[in-house]
Amino acid sequence: MSSDHSDNTEMSELSDIQVRVRSLETVLTEKGYVDPAALDAIVEAYETRIGPHNGAKVVARAWSNPDFHKALLEDASKAVNSMGNVSPVGSHLIAVENTPDWHNMIVCTLCSCYPWEVLGLPPTWYKSAPYRSRTVIEPRKVLAEFDVTLPKETAIRVWDSTAETRFMVVPIRPNGTENWDEEQLGSLVTRNSMIGTGLALNPEDVA
Amino acid sequence: MSNTIHDMGGMHGFGPIEEEENEPIFHTEWESRVYAMNRAMGPLGLWTIDEGRAAQEMLPPSVYLSASYYQRWYLGLVHRVLDHGIAGADEIAAGKSLRSSDNPPQIFKPKDAEGLTRGSFERPSSAPPQFKPNDTVRTRNVQPTSHTRLPRYARDKLGTVEAIRGCHVYPDSVTTSADEDPQWLYTVAFSAMNLWGENCDTTVRISIEAFEPYLELA
Repeated sequence: MSSDHSDNTEMSELSDIQVRVRSLETVLTEKGYVDPAALDAIVEAYETRIGPHNGAKVVARAWSNPDFHKALLEDASKAVNSMGNVSPVGSHLIAVENTPDWHNMIVCTLCSCYPWEVLGLPPTWYKSAPYRSRTVIEPRKVLAEFDVTLPKETAIRVWDSTAETRFMVVPIRPNGTENWDEEQLGSLVTRNSMIGTGLALNPEDVA
Repeated sequence: MSNTIHDMGGMHGFGPIEEEENEPIFHTEWESRVYAMNRAMGPLGLWTIDEGRAAQEMLPPSVYLSASYYQRWYLGLVHRVLDHGIAGADEIAAGKSLRSSDNPPQIFKPKDAEGLTRGSFERPSSAPPQFKPNDTVRTRNVQPTSHTRLPRYARDKLGTVEAIRGCHVYPDSVTTSADEDPQWLYTVAFSAMNLWGENCDTTVRISIEAFEPYLELA
């Protein structure tokens, strides 16, 4: 591919994509640039260890432990790496907290930046043109499509991830969970609630 | 390129957001291989994350919009493999190496996936930050023809510095020269009124992560 290729040439490169990807992997393997077993290990990590269950543990800890809550909002990378029971995160993770006054939403208008290490790989809608184009200009309409209606007095803050900082939302802890332990609380924390396109589940939702 | 189709913030006409029930992590095996090849080659120091982004932004708009997410990753990876002389187009077409290559770098090993984290692009600074929290700033009115991370919707707008996020590799420089040219990074927030004007939702604030050269004191 070069930048002077016609659209047709580039589209034809996408036919038989499965064959083409295999060809590329073979060439890169023979050239000594990738190890297929390492690719297997990366895929396995994202299919098992790395996913929104990590973010849910982080949120549940923040809801339960005031010291951790404070540390998370100060330096989320450091706080998450101190937990020991979630996979490690790189630098510049930033946790932003929902309150009755402010609701946070995360987007990447320029590509698809997403906090992989705590939420796993993003869903297709997060990477789609509708979400990337609309969230910064009409977030309330976007929320309505996710069946989220906020009180009128709740302001919205949209974080456009335009650099190497990554954001996760700490949703509001649901009522009726005062005696719940971290594992129970984690079951209320959905992926979308940590992107800001959802709220945490209520106890009756998981009963 | 910067004023291209990837810069979507505020555009109309893309329709509703469609959520897929029980979406799998990868829809097909090739998607997982494209993702893994990109992750395995990222840490080799051949290119930076922004070179990967720039490779996708060079796709013609019609291709960018009709290709799926991982198809774009595939096209962007092929572009860099060719650009860096790692393999030739004839070899990729043939699906095998046709020539010996020199000095393969240290490569990503299976055990490296155990503590897999994103690379850091923070670098030592050569000067103190020029702005501080609560400063009112104006984003520059620029139309670069090379890669930038200042979205069109947030150019020439008044905003407020909220936080300093460290000093990082500057995407605009590292994609046009070999120079990482580290710059201070700030969270800058805007009122919806400043970005979208009358009839906007005035309860909304929007922030971007802005490198220092994108800003001037207002």
